[in-house]
Amino acid sequence: MIETLNKNTKTTCYHCGDFCAEERLVLNDKSFCCNGCKNVFMLLSENNLTSYYSIEKTPGKAFKQSIGNKYAYLDDTNIQSKLISYIDHKVARLQFQIPNIHCSSCIYLLENLYKINNAVVGVRVNFLKKTANIVYDVNKISLRQLVELLASIGYEPSFTMNDINQEKPKNINRKLLFQIGVAGFCFGNIMMISFPEYFGLDNTTRHYLSSAFGYINLALSIPVFFYSGQDYLISAYKGLRKKLITIDVPLALGLVVLFVRNFYEILTHTGLGYCDTLAGLVFFLLIGKWFQQKTYDSLSFERDYKSYFPISVIKINSDNQTTTVAIDKLKIGDRILIRNNEIIPADSILLKGKANIDFSFVSGEKEPIDKELGEIIFAGGKQTNGNIELEVKKLTEQSYLTQLWNNDIFAKDNASKVETFQTKVSKYFTVALLAIAISSAIYWAVYDSSKIMGAFTAVLIIACPCALALSSPFALGNAMRNLGRKKFYLKSANVVENIANMDTIVFDKTGTITQSNESQIEFMGNPLTQLQKELIFSVTQNSIHPLSKQIAQHLNISSAIILNSFDEITGKGIKANVGGNDVEVGSAKFLNITENLSNALSTRIYIKINGENVGCFVIKHAYRTGLKQVINQLANQFKLHLLSGDNEQEKNFLQSVFPTSSELLFKQNPADKLIYINTLQGNNQKVIMVGDGLNDAGALKTANVGISLSEDTSSFSPSSDVIMDAANFELLPKYLQYCKNTMKVIYVSFCLSLMYNIIGLSYAVSGTLSPVIAAILMPISSVTVIGFTSISTYLLAIKMKNRP
Amino acid sequence: MKIMFVLIGSSFVLAIGFLIAFIWMVKNGQIDDDYTPSVRMLFDDGTVKKTDEEKV
Repeated sequence: MIETLNKNTKTTCYHCGDFCAEERLVLNDKSFCCNGCKNVFMLLSENNLTSYYSIEKTPGKAFKQSIGNKYAYLDDTNIQSKLISYIDHKVARLQFQIPNIHCSSCIYLLENLYKINNAVVGVRVNFLKKTANIVYDVNKISLRQLVELLASIGYEPSFTMNDINQEKPKNINRKLLFQIGVAGFCFGNIMMISFPEYFGLDNTTRHYLSSAFGYINLALSIPVFFYSGQDYLISAYKGLRKKLITIDVPLALGLVVLFVRNFYEILTHTGLGYCDTLAGLVFFLLIGKWFQQKTYDSLSFERDYKSYFPISVIKINSDNQTTTVAIDKLKIGDRILIRNNEIIPADSILLKGKANIDFSFVSGEKEPIDKELGEIIFAGGKQTNGNIELEVKKLTEQSYLTQLWNNDIFAKDNASKVETFQTKVSKYFTVALLAIAISSAIYWAVYDSSKIMGAFTAVLIIACPCALALSSPFALGNAMRNLGRKKFYLKSANVVENIANMDTIVFDKTGTITQSNESQIEFMGNPLTQLQKELIFSVTQNSIHPLSKQIAQHLNISSAIILNSFDEITGKGIKANVGGNDVEVGSAKFLNITENLSNALSTRIYIKINGENVGCFVIKHAYRTGLKQVINQLANQFKLHLLSGDNEQEKNFLQSVFPTSSELLFKQNPADKLIYINTLQGNNQKVIMVGDGLNDAGALKTANVGISLSEDTSSFSPSSDVIMDAANFELLPKYLQYCKNTMKVIYVSFCLSLMYNIIGLSYAVSGTLSPVIAAILMPISSVTVIGFTSISTYLLAIKMKNRP
Repeated sequence: MKIMFVLIGSSFVLAIGFLIAFIWMVKNGQIDDDYTPSVRMLFDDGTVKKTDEEKV
């Protein structure tokens, strides 16, 4: 039944959709790329769960590493107690973060987990948060076995130091929803009761109905004012005490005046009051607030180093026995064992093994670094060459890398560093509003003193900037959703406005504008003979130039021929004689070859053997696709800078990509980057930082807007304002442009709402504002503004997609 | 016209019922996750859709 086939045609794996290698596995006519995928399929088909494959095509994720003892630390009761939220003598319940949840099939499989193992009592998946709530029978299965079961079907939970050290915010704030509910309820009922009055009643019915209706309205407006609207009143009061005029001030003023005038008119039977206006105003405002509060639950914008490090590490005791300990329990002097691909949790000294540490995420250097016995290895690096033994020298919190988080910038909450357009406008608006109200009162004091209070309060009511207050939340909220659909996730809607105000962009290099840590080499020309390969290898091997090194590494030949002569001209190429053959290696110019230049992001190294051009090596930089276009487009609007933790090896190339006015700085450590951003801000520049790794964490936090690029949005990214899918890097200019366009939409809708205000004011100052006009004008203006902002942000989003 | 008060009274009772239902729903966490239930309800229990499977 199971056989191995050799086929040249590319087939995709039934489980994960990856291309199968030439040796693929076949079972039941279905191809699999690896044993892991095949085993999952077998497990699922044994348990009648093959619906997994019919809900979505190839829903699995390939996983090629074995589980081994990876989860041994879950046997530690201390760690268990921190993870499990409820436990009794029968069952335990806990919530796992499972980054792999990505489609409907995932929900299906996880919620049917009890079919595979009956120790699982129940599973509830929250798709948006990528979590699974699992209840399991503690007598039948241990936590470790449960996690291993999940891992074996491709849904490995992720545990980080954060999970066990920090209390998660438990209850989501539902107050806003209650407030909306109450406001909506009151609004609807007040409208219903006010309608007969607007349509006109004959005098006899009016007499006893209208006073009763008035009292009911009044009663309904009390919860609206004191419960639903309380946030606006409180925030206006707090703002005024700090001598700040926000949009909440005119809003609260309008609300208070409405509320008081309702009481006065209804209790003295002098009018109908504006209860419906009050309730409608609060209801629409709350809806706007709710709309703006969209968050991306599965993404975390506030991660620090704690979520980068694993929870535990293997400790070697004095009797050479190993135990797993939580990282925060590590002590100075402890011996620890780090296996291949594990992260070094604390600054330590190498005791045993070959250390080859990849610091690309921490420092930006792309080449892994060899460390000798006795050398210090900084925390955060990833071992790439087998097992090593280390002695801990500094605790995790005090290590070189994590010290960055002790910088003041991480203690500050810099949410309100930019004054929003809305706040700016509301200052002038409030002043103008009061001026109009007072002058109309003065006017009526002269001509008709009975209208003073009526006109004065009517101005404050009708000019209450409801539509004004709605345009920003709706435009920004919409923009945030539209950008989210294109995998550009904002921390909050206000970030849209921040982005629109920026004038400088700072890029990180490794991982941000480069794609992976390796560049690719290809040979173009007739295939090389073995002799030619040996000749080229012998020459390039002797050069210290990084490109020659890469070519030598690519050819990977064991035997070198002895050179007769070797002449390297720095920056140009090499001329050498190898066993009687003249070999020339270098740029086209150096070898007098005319090349067909293409704009591709690649470097070409030409080879001449005995005067004959045999072809060239094309070294493709692992730069992101469209880098040049992105830089060109951005250069029109922004000042660009590059901060790289790497060496200057690619400086020449980068200079050709970036405009001449850009600063390109190399060998920058995390603190340098932070300081650099601070200096730019000191020169009144508003800075966007685009980065990816822990080494950018300080810079991302300091910058006015931090954009972190992530290959996989569910994996670690340093704290930032925006998380962006790295695959969409070439769309960056469009995203930024979209934010700017959204601000234009806000400006226009501000004008629209001002127009409505002017119409209303013309009634108000003349003292003829009837409750009907107020009740019609207020919702109409709100709906126009909401409709306009929603439609135009949507159209802009379509435009963003269509433009080439 | 006194019937109006009865009508208004009953409509209030109805509306308050809805308000309570809404508050109960929010407290219960029913609107915390507005995506997963929409997928969950489409799953059949245990039966494999043969036609879909053949397509792959």
